[in-house]
Amino acid sequence: MAWQYRDGVDLIQLENSSVLPMLRGVFLKSLYHNCFLYLLTETTNFFCSTLSILSSYTNVEDQFQFRLAPGRKKEVKKVMKKVSVIGIGKTRYGVFKEKSLLDLAVEAGKKAMEDAGIAPEDIDAFYLGNFAGSDFVNQNHLAPYIGSPLGLRPDVPCTHIENACASGGSSVREGILAIGSGNANKVLVIGVEKMNTVPTPKVTEFLAKAGDWENEVKVGYTFPSTFAMMARRHMHQYGTTREHLAAVTVKNHENGLKNPYAHMQKSVTMEKVLEDKRVVADPLRLYDCSLITDGASAVILSEKSFSETFSRKPVDVIGFGQANDSFALYQKQDLTRFDATVEAAKSAFIMADIKPDDVDVSEVHDCFTIAEIIAIEDLGFVPKGEGGPATLDGVTSLDGRFPVNPSGGLKAKGHPVGATGVDQIVEITLQLRGEAGKRQVNDAEIGLTHNIGGSGATCVVHILARG
Amino acid sequence: MSEEKEYAKPLPEFRPETKPYWEACKRHEFVLPRSKVTNEFFFYPRALSPGEDMSEDIEWAKASGKGKVWTFAIHHMGPTKAYKGEPPYVVALVEMEEGVKMMTNIVECDPKDVYIGMDVEVLFDDVTPDVTLPKFKPVKK
Repeated sequence: MAWQYRDGVDLIQLENSSVLPMLRGVFLKSLYHNCFLYLLTETTNFFCSTLSILSSYTNVEDQFQFRLAPGRKKEVKKVMKKVSVIGIGKTRYGVFKEKSLLDLAVEAGKKAMEDAGIAPEDIDAFYLGNFAGSDFVNQNHLAPYIGSPLGLRPDVPCTHIENACASGGSSVREGILAIGSGNANKVLVIGVEKMNTVPTPKVTEFLAKAGDWENEVKVGYTFPSTFAMMARRHMHQYGTTREHLAAVTVKNHENGLKNPYAHMQKSVTMEKVLEDKRVVADPLRLYDCSLITDGASAVILSEKSFSETFSRKPVDVIGFGQANDSFALYQKQDLTRFDATVEAAKSAFIMADIKPDDVDVSEVHDCFTIAEIIAIEDLGFVPKGEGGPATLDGVTSLDGRFPVNPSGGLKAKGHPVGATGVDQIVEITLQLRGEAGKRQVNDAEIGLTHNIGGSGATCVVHILARG
Repeated sequence: MSEEKEYAKPLPEFRPETKPYWEACKRHEFVLPRSKVTNEFFFYPRALSPGEDMSEDIEWAKASGKGKVWTFAIHHMGPTKAYKGEPPYVVALVEMEEGVKMMTNIVECDPKDVYIGMDVEVLFDDVTPDVTLPKFKPVKK
């Protein structure tokens, strides 16, 4: 909700508050200041009334605060402008030997600006999500490298964000904050990764840099190890089976088939997945892993406007959260959940003032099948330990209670690492606009994105709603 | 020298805060860092102990070298060319008797025989003339 403040110049958003406590706050605040006048005249009565006013003022002050989980000492006052997604664009996902990282990023950025009906001169800030351009294409300082050919104004800050596989999600978040703080009105966010420049073992080596190089990688650890070890704990604690993991593969391949931009355009049967003998890191097999994909995705964020018209119906950002967790796997207390997901989701749900039950569609970070099972538990769609059976029962299918990864997810759509978090916003925007074609979730009004980095050391959650 | 050349896998760096650990491994002794303030073991070795104290007051204490497999993955693909011919090998998180966990390899047994909760003990693998890596093997009953 919005509140006119300072002679109607600024539109201040006090998330998760209602008008009444705010007005009450202003009223009491003025009373509080007037108390001093009161003191001069009615000294005796004042003592009691001040106490009561001060105590109610304190209560109201509490309501002004962003309501965080009990037990947190420092509460953060979040006052910001509201943000909408007004344009989206992406390249096809796949293996593109002939396209450079620059080609991919520029194509996605240009499409997003066209979709929003705005020109490069309208952009006030640019954020780029990319994980390992320095490894894959020997190029650093990527944000101006991409911003300049896009024709951005010279006064536009171009910033590269690297948060492993959550680079895209973190970039979107920075874009939202740039608008929210009043520093920008229109922001371009691009996520890009060009991965098919080196053989697979080299890709694995580059990706492993998102783990603890010194203490984990030297024993022959890879990223599949992380998720294999999590899967093994999940199987041990909750009885999750290979069939449960395979159900994620089958569903996401099926969805990917309905997405013309997806890398993998092939359905697969449960029998075929279970029979496949190509073990990567037992218990995970080839069909449990996401793809090595080239691609870029872009979004245009704008301050929510009540007067400006956009070429597309805007989708509003109603909540977001980013959290962290112990960096390395051996520092975690429980490998069947990601604490960063739980925390990021908590922040986002509180800000949006909704419950997991209210989410109509979501894009979650299924870099490995087990990651999707853990995500739907951490996000509160299903109870802990029931992610596997729920997936097998179709709860997360397109027509299920909680449709998850209608795009095909990282598993079938592909996982160009730095692009993934941005692309999740693209897919949810399509879903909320009702433009997702064959994979459209009926009447989707609220959508969620969930993007993790490394061994879950970073998680970014966004909640969007039909504007 | 030829042995050194053959070992192409990543090797640890010796830094002031990790040197005592790797030197002990070279002597085939298993030590862990411990905060002198809280008397608690921690891992990985670092300049300041973890937790609220963040103290520089750290000591190296002899550890049992015994623990249990907490979870593991059986690798059929290695991360670099240096692992060629090695898979299947086991990457595991071992929970030490001292309470800390470490990422390591389980060796001297068939990967198929490894299970969560398996009792393991440290052994030392002199991979180069300078570096010895601690690995774990099943405790013989």
